[in-house]
Amino acid sequence: MQIPPELTAQIDEAISHYPVSKRSASLPLLHLFQEHFGFISEESIRWIAGKLELQPIAILELVTFYPMFRRKPPGKHHIRVCKTLSCALAGADQLKTDLCKATDIPCDGHGGCHGHGDPVSVSPDGKFSIESVECLASCGSGPVLMINDDLHEAVTAEEIPQILSQYK
Amino acid sequence: MPAPARRIPHPREKRMIFANIDREGYTPDIACYLRNGGYEDLKKAVKMAPADIVGEVKASALRGRGGAGFPCGVKWGFIRPGETKPVYLICNADESEPGTFKDRYIIHQDPHQLIEGMIISAFALNVHLAYLYIRGEFPLGAKILEQAIAEAKANGFLGKNILGTGFDLEIYVHRGAGAYICGEETGLIESLEGKRAYPRIKPPYFPAVLGLYQCPTIVNNVETLCHVKHIVRMGGAEYAKIGTPNNTGTRIVGVSGDVVKPGYFEIEVGSMTLGELINDLCGGVKPGRKIKAIIPGGSSAKVFRADEHFKIKVKGTDGAMVEKEIGVLDIPMDFDTMAACGSMAGSGGVIVMDDSRDMVESLNNLNQFYAHESCGQCTPCREGSLWMRKITDRLLAGGGVESDPATLASVSNNIAGKTICAFGEACSWPTMSFVAKFPEEFAARAKKQVPPPTPPEFLSEALTGGSH
Repeated sequence: MQIPPELTAQIDEAISHYPVSKRSASLPLLHLFQEHFGFISEESIRWIAGKLELQPIAILELVTFYPMFRRKPPGKHHIRVCKTLSCALAGADQLKTDLCKATDIPCDGHGGCHGHGDPVSVSPDGKFSIESVECLASCGSGPVLMINDDLHEAVTAEEIPQILSQYK
Repeated sequence: MPAPARRIPHPREKRMIFANIDREGYTPDIACYLRNGGYEDLKKAVKMAPADIVGEVKASALRGRGGAGFPCGVKWGFIRPGETKPVYLICNADESEPGTFKDRYIIHQDPHQLIEGMIISAFALNVHLAYLYIRGEFPLGAKILEQAIAEAKANGFLGKNILGTGFDLEIYVHRGAGAYICGEETGLIESLEGKRAYPRIKPPYFPAVLGLYQCPTIVNNVETLCHVKHIVRMGGAEYAKIGTPNNTGTRIVGVSGDVVKPGYFEIEVGSMTLGELINDLCGGVKPGRKIKAIIPGGSSAKVFRADEHFKIKVKGTDGAMVEKEIGVLDIPMDFDTMAACGSMAGSGGVIVMDDSRDMVESLNNLNQFYAHESCGQCTPCREGSLWMRKITDRLLAGGGVESDPATLASVSNNIAGKTICAFGEACSWPTMSFVAKFPEEFAARAKKQVPPPTPPEFLSEALTGGSH
């Protein structure tokens, strides 16, 4: 596994934020690895555990607990669609179905997503992946979705092609 | 990223925390904050004795804005004077209660207000290391806060020897990773220690006794910490004049669901009723529709049915307490009356549902949420939240049996009060209240006979060879 120098610098910086216990840097390191590699591999788990002087299980149990961490690669652009009550009342189910259609991702009513453990469905061309997530804390402007780090609010069916076209 | 829509504050709002939110030309950088009087309250605070700041917060009667409504000054008072262990301050920016969307705007549009509130609080509590625990789904917010912290440090408001007082403080941003339970303060602490966010067994009831790294720790919500800054500016007694006794200050409420104009509003606590909030500020429900149900304080709060009535005690003209009957829309937006009516002001997230909504479907949505978010530590909650979801799944799929509403009530009653943390209540209250308040909708979907007919080969005559 190649750890580029800029990632090493970020890792060291993150660990320095926790002078009392290195273990506290587990989540920050997992975020850094997922941002860099797209997902958390077995190798990453071992590497992080080694760096923080922990058993690999101490890292694995975080990956299986925290819903944001993926163990499989997502598409080039990852879409998170909020499914919780306020967004659901604003039409989140239909939005997810429409997004699945627009990205050619099989839709089984849950957007092809099977929940925790296997949350991500990837389009055949690898460009997009979709995940149903719980509340994104933007309930007043539902339905909302995130593409990568960007929040899109009050999304209508007509806007989908234009929104997706921003992601090459 | 599309900029959040700018909104003009409603005339009935009283904006203090949200004074700069959606203001034309207001930017999140420190230069803009300083132009608008930023960090002046910190300069005032560092000239005060820390114990006096705690005293002002106590005098303000500020109640925590995260959901439980616990008096902030009392919480701070649990830190013993002359504490020898290090004391930590954690800002809970995990905002994840469905229906709640307030901290997001402070973090993205006015981050320095929060940082200033944190520095003042840290000074008051003799804290030298503070963490800002932000939910993982706010990646941009985390960057904005990190930038704000760097700017504050460059300007001498953070780091070593703050404003020449000899007081040192570091604040670090710590990102969560999508788990609702991290909003529970002891779960948050476990998460910050690099573990699964399993809430800790009580007692001790407060992390102020044993918190982060087994040291005294104060965990406060974003909005609460912002209020501290304004309390220092105004003085606790002056602040306490806003709102009503024991329900002081302003608070940010968010209205979502079936209203014409959903959104966030900062209101004086108790200054308007639930009905005024929904009808006057949010334009009511869509034309031709009627309100059917209201969840008043985040998804965990017990639902109100629109035609419910309550008997509450109010002060009469002669000062004596008299009993008064009020409807749901007459409930004032405060902590105490909301609780007296059987629900809670919680996190200030109001979710409105109109008469086109199926209550079984709405409950099922929440049950999916809670079944997914239970941390799995306590059996009643781990199993019960899933059972409740499975039963509402079944009701929606057309397989509901006659006893399902009673089973839902029984399961929910066996979770609340039987778990380590308040998630047990949070996950059972929706089911408990939906089933109790909309029995006709649940009964309509629970028509099948139970138990199913016993196959003939298992009838007692068949099993005993017909001897009975």
